[in-house]
Amino acid sequence: MTAGAPGSSASETDGRELGQRLAARDLSAAASVLNLVENRSPAALEQTAALLEAVSVRALGHEAPGQIVGVTGPPGVGKSSLLSRLLARWRASDRSVAVLAVDPSSRRSGGSLLGDRVRIERDPADQQVFIRSTAAGDRLGGLAAATRAGATALAAAFDVVVIETVGVGQSETEIADVADEVAVVVQPGSGDVLQFLKSGIMEIPDVLVVTKADLGAVADRALGDLRAALRSLGADSVPVVAVSSISPPAGIDELVALLDQRHRKLDLSAHRLHGRRAAALSQFTVEHGERGLRALGGPRTARAWLGAQPAQLDLPALVRGLESRAQRLRGPAR
Amino acid sequence: MSAMSDPSSARLPERDRPWLMRTYAGHSDAKRSNELYRRNLAKGQTGLSVAFDLPTQTGYDPDDELAAGEVGKVGVSIAHAGDMHALLDGIPLDKMNTSMTINATAAWLLALYIVAADEQGVAESELQGTTQNDILKEYLSRGTYSFPPGPSMRLIADTIVYTVTRVPRWNPINICSYHLQEAGATPVQEIAYAMSNAIAVLDAVRARLDDDALMGEVFGRISFFVNAGVRFIEEHAKLRAMSQLWDELGAEHYGVTDAKQRRFRYGVQVNSLGLTEAQPENNVYRITLEALAVTLGRCARARALQLPAWNEALGLPRPWDQQWSLRLQQILAFETDMLEYPDIFEGSHVMEGLVAELVGGARAEIAHVAELGGAVEAVGYMKGALVQSHRERWGRIESGEQTVVGMNSFDTTEPSPLTADPDGGILVVDPEVEARQRAALQVWRSERDIDAVQAALRDLAAVADDPDQNIMPATIAAARAGVTTGEWAGTLRDVFGSYRAPTGVGEAAGMPSGDLVKVRDEVERISDALGRRIKFLVGKPGLDGHSNGAEQLAVRARDAGMDVVYEGIRLTPGQIAASAVQEGVHVVGLSILSGSHAELIPAVLAALREAGAGEIPVVVGGIIPELDAQVLLQAGVAAVYTPKDWDLNRTISDIVTLVGNRYGVGEVAPA
Repeated sequence: MTAGAPGSSASETDGRELGQRLAARDLSAAASVLNLVENRSPAALEQTAALLEAVSVRALGHEAPGQIVGVTGPPGVGKSSLLSRLLARWRASDRSVAVLAVDPSSRRSGGSLLGDRVRIERDPADQQVFIRSTAAGDRLGGLAAATRAGATALAAAFDVVVIETVGVGQSETEIADVADEVAVVVQPGSGDVLQFLKSGIMEIPDVLVVTKADLGAVADRALGDLRAALRSLGADSVPVVAVSSISPPAGIDELVALLDQRHRKLDLSAHRLHGRRAAALSQFTVEHGERGLRALGGPRTARAWLGAQPAQLDLPALVRGLESRAQRLRGPAR
Repeated sequence: MSAMSDPSSARLPERDRPWLMRTYAGHSDAKRSNELYRRNLAKGQTGLSVAFDLPTQTGYDPDDELAAGEVGKVGVSIAHAGDMHALLDGIPLDKMNTSMTINATAAWLLALYIVAADEQGVAESELQGTTQNDILKEYLSRGTYSFPPGPSMRLIADTIVYTVTRVPRWNPINICSYHLQEAGATPVQEIAYAMSNAIAVLDAVRARLDDDALMGEVFGRISFFVNAGVRFIEEHAKLRAMSQLWDELGAEHYGVTDAKQRRFRYGVQVNSLGLTEAQPENNVYRITLEALAVTLGRCARARALQLPAWNEALGLPRPWDQQWSLRLQQILAFETDMLEYPDIFEGSHVMEGLVAELVGGARAEIAHVAELGGAVEAVGYMKGALVQSHRERWGRIESGEQTVVGMNSFDTTEPSPLTADPDGGILVVDPEVEARQRAALQVWRSERDIDAVQAALRDLAAVADDPDQNIMPATIAAARAGVTTGEWAGTLRDVFGSYRAPTGVGEAAGMPSGDLVKVRDEVERISDALGRRIKFLVGKPGLDGHSNGAEQLAVRARDAGMDVVYEGIRLTPGQIAASAVQEGVHVVGLSILSGSHAELIPAVLAALREAGAGEIPVVVGGIIPELDAQVLLQAGVAAVYTPKDWDLNRTISDIVTLVGNRYGVGEVAPA
């Protein structure tokens, strides 16, 4: 069985080799990479660490070059249609694209129904496009660790990596840790976003996208409301783009240009370093809970410790560091 | 009521004329189907019911990539005016009443029919028949849609407006509740969604009519295509309820004053969903009882009837099988006395009570759909509700709460002599048909005036792009110029865009119970051993849109704890293989009911191998004859499931075991 094949055991998969393939921009490694990072067995976690090490700043000599874009918004807002248009736009300028679609399906039974990829239009023969759907469920409300690892790794090979999530409120905070730019998508007439913005539940995104611009006056009013809300929060600089995904599409070029512009202005190293450190703490907390956090002396002390670590450490190394520190501070096991 | 006490009124002064008797028929090419029609008419059939193949229904030429394996399978291939001419050769169209099961491409096939009639010297104003032309139920159940909802509703409205003024005896649309029942609808849902659908169509027409006075004509031309299940008392009540609601709708909503125009007119194909593969001879009784539901009561009797054949759950019926069903109609009409009486249920408290119950339930559901913005907006809601109902129905059968004789009870049987033939008792379409149709199409293309064709397509595109124009005249002109089915639909696809209907599976949620709990535990165990939750791709290759089975499997697999990737219908083998690889699935399930499994399944296997994923096991479900199943297993398919594998939990359990074995984590460690 080939390495990273759906059922191959983690011990057969060589994380380092996969990472090297990505570093050499071999897009065909993508499926195996996701099979590995989604695998929760101890052997797979070890290989995932090897994979991330192979695409780390230390190994590459720089941050992974791909642009990681978060696209989030409530269900039914038109994210898939928007993605179809963005995909076409990116492909027209010959950029390879990976989409990690995190599906919100409830996991009441443990299982999930993943139907997102079909709604994203693309040329099925195009080898430069990769789409993977994942169920959100195993961790409550959160972005699966696998998605974070997957996006980080794929950014070494793909020009653009999109993380699509559903929801408004908490989810974009976590996306912000891994994405370089976050676009929050809303449709005209949805008051939630205004409320979330004003109450501070929602962090201010890089771009606000209003879909269904073809609705005319309704969309215009929504744009006005959002701009006013941003002004009152002192965030005038956040752009609000109106897009229409039905023919003729509108606003797509503008949105891509905005994302690119913000990406150029972004201090990528500082941003990703901050993201890795934040992610390390949240991943540690998921694994070891409040008790583990207390052993570290609380979140503030833990953050300070993380801030003092060398910048080129990758995420698994940071989590390992937190773990051994917690162990040490807790003293010898009773 | 006073008439009741008059003894003479117990009989009609004159025996009623029977309904139109049809057989849903057509396969291979136009010439062979024409021969079949002539034989059927000679046997006493009184109308035609044309079955088109899937490429014709979805607007692709026989040489299109998507048509591979489907040409001439579930119906006849009609690629241009020459095919239509051959199909109707020698059949007098001024006398014939022809029903065409055609939806997304209804405007096109109607145009071809008008052109063929013209060639016979029959004016369009004399034509009688029906185009099914109901797109919402294609989104909800049958899957042969081509365009997005907005443009599709416009095409429907255009054909209605055109026929009401130019082809006045034509039924331009048959609102289908039939397929809703096949998708799992309860009687209340069947009534409510059909009525909501009709309202959406009427509103779309009203918006395109210059003259509101024509609404009466329009209302009067709308007919229905209804299902009848084996619970035939309730089914009869359903038809009376629909008559009542339709009459009310016309009077109250559309101001139709002529009672004749408000009459509920319907044709029927009785239930296929309830026909069993096990002991298939019993289906003859089921069909008989179902036929009674739509013929017994005079005030809600079908205008036209077509009956399925006893062996539909096995494969395509042969001419003899269809003859057997036609004879049933003739016995009902000519041997029994049912056509000699007035309505035999009038005054029945039981019937009135049942009707009131159904009308009440349907009114509430119609109101709910209206609140959601009408049937077009509520497609997602209705689809979810149907998947849920179907799942409940299937649960009752699996638990034994609902008896299906020969299947979940009384299943001890002698071998059936009916299926002992070497052909397994079904029709096998000549595999050479596809190649011949492709070659014939080449000839057709080379012999026509290409400038005229291109001009006609340019006109068509311009008309399509202008919502104020009616699509029919440009479509008829294109048919005359020699345009092909794929060219007509392709031009419209370019203007209208493409569309995927909601799958409805996300909405139907449930907790595992009974056997499924055990299956779920095994899913958890194997997922843990794999390190990753079992991921299952459910795919429908080819043009077949009958997705009910695939949807139920997807939902059940989810309930058993798997991650299920379900992409809906109409996928190429290459798309399925790419999805399987990119999604990292452990197993692939393919569903095909159109008879094209022999071509499409090996194509998927090859595509998987080519994508480097040949080790992913593939299971297949559908209407697959035993002999074909053997061939598929030899080609590398891991398992084949047919309607006799009705216990979904067992199928899911099989698939879980297969995954465990294939990836070396199958055996449970001894306790």
